[in-house]
Amino acid sequence: MSVLVDKNTRVVVQGITGKEGAFHTSQMIEYGTKVVAGVTPGKGGQKSEHGVPVFNTIKESIEKEGVNAAAIFVPPAFAADAILEGIFAEIPLIVCITEGIPVHDMLKVWSVLRNSKTRLIGPNCPGVISPGKCKIGIMPGFIHKEGSIGVVSRSGTLTYESVGQLTNLGFGQSTCIGIGGDPIIGTTHTDALQLLNEDPDTEAIVMIGEIGGTAEEEAAAWAKKNAKKPIVGFIAGQTAPPGKRMGHAGAIISGGMGTAKSKMDAMKEAGIHVCISPADIGSTVKRVLGK
Amino acid sequence: MKIHEYQAKEILSKHEVKVPFGVVIDKVEDASKAYDEVSRFSNIVVVKAQIHAGGRGKGGGVKLARSKEQALDAVKSILGMQLVTHQTGPEGKKVLKVYLEQGINIAKEYYFSILLDRSLRKTIVMASAEGGMEIEEVAAHSPEKIIKIVVDPGIGLQMNQARELVYRLGLPSEAHKSAIKFFLSVYDVYMKEDCSLLEINPLILTKENEVLAGDCKITLDDNALFRHPDTAAYRDKTEEDPLELKASEYNLNYVKLDGNIGCMVNGAGLAMATMDVIKLAGAEPANFLDVGGGANVNTVKNGFEIILGDPNVKAIFVNIFGGIVRCDRVAQGIVEAAKSVNIKVPLMVRLKGTNAEEGKRILEQSGLRIIVANELTDATEKIPSLIK
Repeated sequence: MSVLVDKNTRVVVQGITGKEGAFHTSQMIEYGTKVVAGVTPGKGGQKSEHGVPVFNTIKESIEKEGVNAAAIFVPPAFAADAILEGIFAEIPLIVCITEGIPVHDMLKVWSVLRNSKTRLIGPNCPGVISPGKCKIGIMPGFIHKEGSIGVVSRSGTLTYESVGQLTNLGFGQSTCIGIGGDPIIGTTHTDALQLLNEDPDTEAIVMIGEIGGTAEEEAAAWAKKNAKKPIVGFIAGQTAPPGKRMGHAGAIISGGMGTAKSKMDAMKEAGIHVCISPADIGSTVKRVLGK
Repeated sequence: MKIHEYQAKEILSKHEVKVPFGVVIDKVEDASKAYDEVSRFSNIVVVKAQIHAGGRGKGGGVKLARSKEQALDAVKSILGMQLVTHQTGPEGKKVLKVYLEQGINIAKEYYFSILLDRSLRKTIVMASAEGGMEIEEVAAHSPEKIIKIVVDPGIGLQMNQARELVYRLGLPSEAHKSAIKFFLSVYDVYMKEDCSLLEINPLILTKENEVLAGDCKITLDDNALFRHPDTAAYRDKTEEDPLELKASEYNLNYVKLDGNIGCMVNGAGLAMATMDVIKLAGAEPANFLDVGGGANVNTVKNGFEIILGDPNVKAIFVNIFGGIVRCDRVAQGIVEAAKSVNIKVPLMVRLKGTNAEEGKRILEQSGLRIIVANELTDATEKIPSLIK
């Protein structure tokens, strides 16, 4: 099985007629994803280059094509509005790939999202894939393999790296969730762990984090109490210098948290199998599962 | 993006937040005129170095002048000085601009800031009656003295919250009206100008019971600069590392570090992980470099140019996991770049993902001396030999 997306996922692509949106729609269709609609305001009634019907609004795509998930490929200036359109239409899942959305826009999105029926993945993420079933996003499908390891990560290519190692060792994946690298995201490490923890066909979880914020510490605290399956973790940025890109006053609220060390310590303390080197993610899963 | 104090205050006064009167200059010749303008408002004029770092006072970058002569002396000593503070590193920063500002009759100093709380996904307003000190020190020694108010970004800072601040800070009742207006207006600035941090330290209560911004530090959200051409123009390139500046012109995400193994990677997470691998192999990374999702001949060439611009670099590790990025294109980029950029240091390349095999073939057939790594494990093993 899998979480978030599967064979029954019917996807609408927001920004299907744009360059990025069109390219990745082809890739998703090629992978087997049911892309059943596109949205580009002003181009309703047309067909996309893939032969997919285009609508002016998300609501129409839900009514006409029974859409239950949205993929967002619109430019950063309009992405928050695209997310809000999906939330107002009560679409169950939104995956926002767009990088570079202003933080204040995402704060407003969150103030609506948290009381809504929608789950948001991202923004600034590679997307979600349940190998062999459905991919919503930009990850290379061929490195994945159907299986029972859940993956959650803030990064794109580092997720591919982990997945590549798993597949090489014969470990397929149930669902890989790229939660995104922005400070404000819809689905956190904790949320993703919860989903994978409840999935009966996920045997173990790989959790990839990086410096900044305290999401990994919070996920570790959650895992300590609730994890029913082994978790293998890695934190990128053990050698990153402090102060770069991190607001100086922001460090106060987290009280010294946010460094790789703080995250790794919290994860170890929670019983998570922490890899020091990113080269060891796959082999650690193998060791932990005793296979 | 960080901006200078005088720019932050320009933004504040644009939104009718009270700041002391001041004039910025970058030449000693302009000091006399600037002094005349500022001294109309006060007998004391404060001369302040404008650099993107805190702790300027302790480093000798802030001086009080009680006469024109003193002001000119202060400008002469500060302008052009290499100012060292706890935030500049031991090499310090050269002062290219000074701000002459009206002196204020201070009754008491406070701390006030607005920032993002990532884990709450909300805005936080922080204040303290312990003004003028580093807030980290207050947080470490007496966290109970820091007042935190959570603001719902959907509705903004409310009147009752501003009132709560006023009472908890213990501001005198004569100052309440002015303080509440001040807090609400500053929150407005934070939102309207897309700030990611706005810090007023000290927040000054004058002897006349007025509230104004003694110092102000603003960090703007880079992702929102597209809708603020006025503040985007505040970028001061002299504050940036020359290589980082050049990289930004190439649209490359580069951070210079102190090690000797340069690295070029696609994606920020993998780039950080690659730095970690270098360190774990017993070496030190010379940089962080994310060539992004559109790596091609040009980006690779520019990347090499930036990496080799750092004289400490003794070897280069290119680590690409192709998703959207096609490894064959990166390989072609490496071959092309090697023709125009003279790479004299050992080069190790690892290509994985989309079209990796084709990429490796291109490298092999190029006749270039490239050490090929297949997995991160063998890359780790080969790193020490690169700098022997």
